[in-house]
Amino acid sequence: MADVGFERVRKTFGKVVAVDDVDLEVTDGEFVVLLGPSGCGKTTLLRCLAGLEKVDGGRVLIGGRDATDLPPRRRRISMVFQSYAVFPHMRVFDNIAFGLRMQKERKAAIAERVRSAAELLHIEELLDRYPAQLSGGQRQRVAVARAIATKSEVLLMDEPLSNLDALLRLEMRAELKALLRKLEATTIYVTHDQVEALSMGDRIAVMKAGRIVQVDSPLAVYDNPADTYVGGFIGTPPMNFLEAMVEDGRANVSGGSLPLADASSELEDRKLLLGSRAEAITVKDEPHDDAIRATVVVLEPLGSHNLLTVRSGEDTLKVATPPQVFREPDSEVWLGLEPARIRWMDADTGEAIAPPGQREVAAAPA
Amino acid sequence: MRAQAASLALHATAILLALWVLLPIYFIAVAAFSTPDAVYAYPKQLLPRDVSLETMRFFLGSEGVGESLVRSVLVAALTLLLALGIGTPAGYALARFAFRGSDAVRLTIVGTRAFPIVILSIPLAVMFLRWGIDDSVFGLALAHTALALPFAVLVTSSVFAGISVELEEAAMTLGCSRAGAIRRVALPLALPGLAAAAIFVFIISWNEVFAASILTLRNPTLPAQVLAALEQSPLPYRFAGGFFLLAPSLIVIFVIRRYLFNMWGRVVR
Repeated sequence: MADVGFERVRKTFGKVVAVDDVDLEVTDGEFVVLLGPSGCGKTTLLRCLAGLEKVDGGRVLIGGRDATDLPPRRRRISMVFQSYAVFPHMRVFDNIAFGLRMQKERKAAIAERVRSAAELLHIEELLDRYPAQLSGGQRQRVAVARAIATKSEVLLMDEPLSNLDALLRLEMRAELKALLRKLEATTIYVTHDQVEALSMGDRIAVMKAGRIVQVDSPLAVYDNPADTYVGGFIGTPPMNFLEAMVEDGRANVSGGSLPLADASSELEDRKLLLGSRAEAITVKDEPHDDAIRATVVVLEPLGSHNLLTVRSGEDTLKVATPPQVFREPDSEVWLGLEPARIRWMDADTGEAIAPPGQREVAAAPA
Repeated sequence: MRAQAASLALHATAILLALWVLLPIYFIAVAAFSTPDAVYAYPKQLLPRDVSLETMRFFLGSEGVGESLVRSVLVAALTLLLALGIGTPAGYALARFAFRGSDAVRLTIVGTRAFPIVILSIPLAVMFLRWGIDDSVFGLALAHTALALPFAVLVTSSVFAGISVELEEAAMTLGCSRAGAIRRVALPLALPGLAAAAIFVFIISWNEVFAASILTLRNPTLPAQVLAALEQSPLPYRFAGGFFLLAPSLIVIFVIRRYLFNMWGRVVR
């Protein structure tokens, strides 16, 4: 097991800067998710760590050693690829044994390690098959078994679940999380799926255009996004943002005025964006001083809750209501925004303005 | 009913096409394994009645046939080694690395085939004479390599392009060097395709007659020998010679075809 460090890592492809001076520290045994939309540089960053891409600047540290110029085989990493990259010309057993054989392990030890890896992923009965005879989910298990069999210090996963169908993905997500917890391996996990990131990671590093925008625990990233990009990317639905001004301890938005928990002077006299999660908004039927008026546009019953799309003044918001609360389109409602869960962003830069109380939380690692 | 009719038409067409190719081969084979008298007889026999090795023996016993046969095999084998030895790494590089002008390289490779060997033959013969490799197995193999190399490069490059880079990368993360990843993963996976390329190269050399006729004099390959003797030779010689030129191509394709289709317990195209 080992810790991992990126120091001002830079990678360019021609004129395109794929990874732009990234700094990140991952402690021993930690599960860090690199999250971002396609093309944000998360896979490139992972490949820099694997040694499959040569960095153009900065250093990559694995277990305290400078691994920047080491070939992949000397980095004591193993990797699960998006396409699984299971060797089609080898039986499952030989696939899992591949890394062990390269390490020149004794035959008995290899057989033992292959069996235990196969057991962990419930593929013991498939060891004699060729990959062509396996389903996608089974191939995925082979790829994970092959990666964990070598007991490398760092486990890298590049969108390992993205090729599975939705149901299987959900099942595998929980299984993989339990497995990795048992292995206590340092894991770097790349995904574009924010639900996967929230549900699996100890910490999430949100990336955008080659840079890491925010690194935090899943809940901190969800509750205190560093900017409108993170708030809009994480969570289903994304965070609501409303243009606002703060005056006399109240927030004025296009649909009305709302009370604040603590209005610091920092917020006054500037263009702001008020951020609120869909579930931090309550729907009231009667006019209320601390609520803004809105009209229901769409009602989406989702079983566990209902999702309302509402229009308030100039703004369109997503509101989550309990499943028994139905509001038909065109009906009038009043929205109460939970003051403690309101987040403030600068309207020009999009960056968060953290009230004094929340700064500590946002800065602390997991 | 309509589906049945369509399938019937398809089968009929397939049979017709197969006969188109197989009938001449069949008649050549029947004649090659008949007595010389039967070869001259008219009408030709449809079924092999007078099966005999006499015609074949006559052909093989003819002046220069045995030596030229051995030479043909040697030239084709050497061509195969050279063309795949040079062509496989070149094909790998074309498939894996996007370098400046890689498209131009590809085009130039194909372009060499547009250059008629007829024009090339005289300077080539002069140069070979000067180097002292004229009329030799090695010299002819070099010429055949030049002819076969474009195919070898293009076929192997498309073979490697069909093998995911991630497989090699996975091997590298599991402890292989780049060369090790190629040897343990890319090459085994490329083997059916490389075998196909090998067949192709072998047959290009085996059937090549022009360069063989120009560049050899006393030491011709089989096609050059047969061509040179064709005008003055009796019918049995022609049939037996024809069969002999045909047979290796057929056998090679037949043997390697099974290997191509049966790898790893599934159908590989």
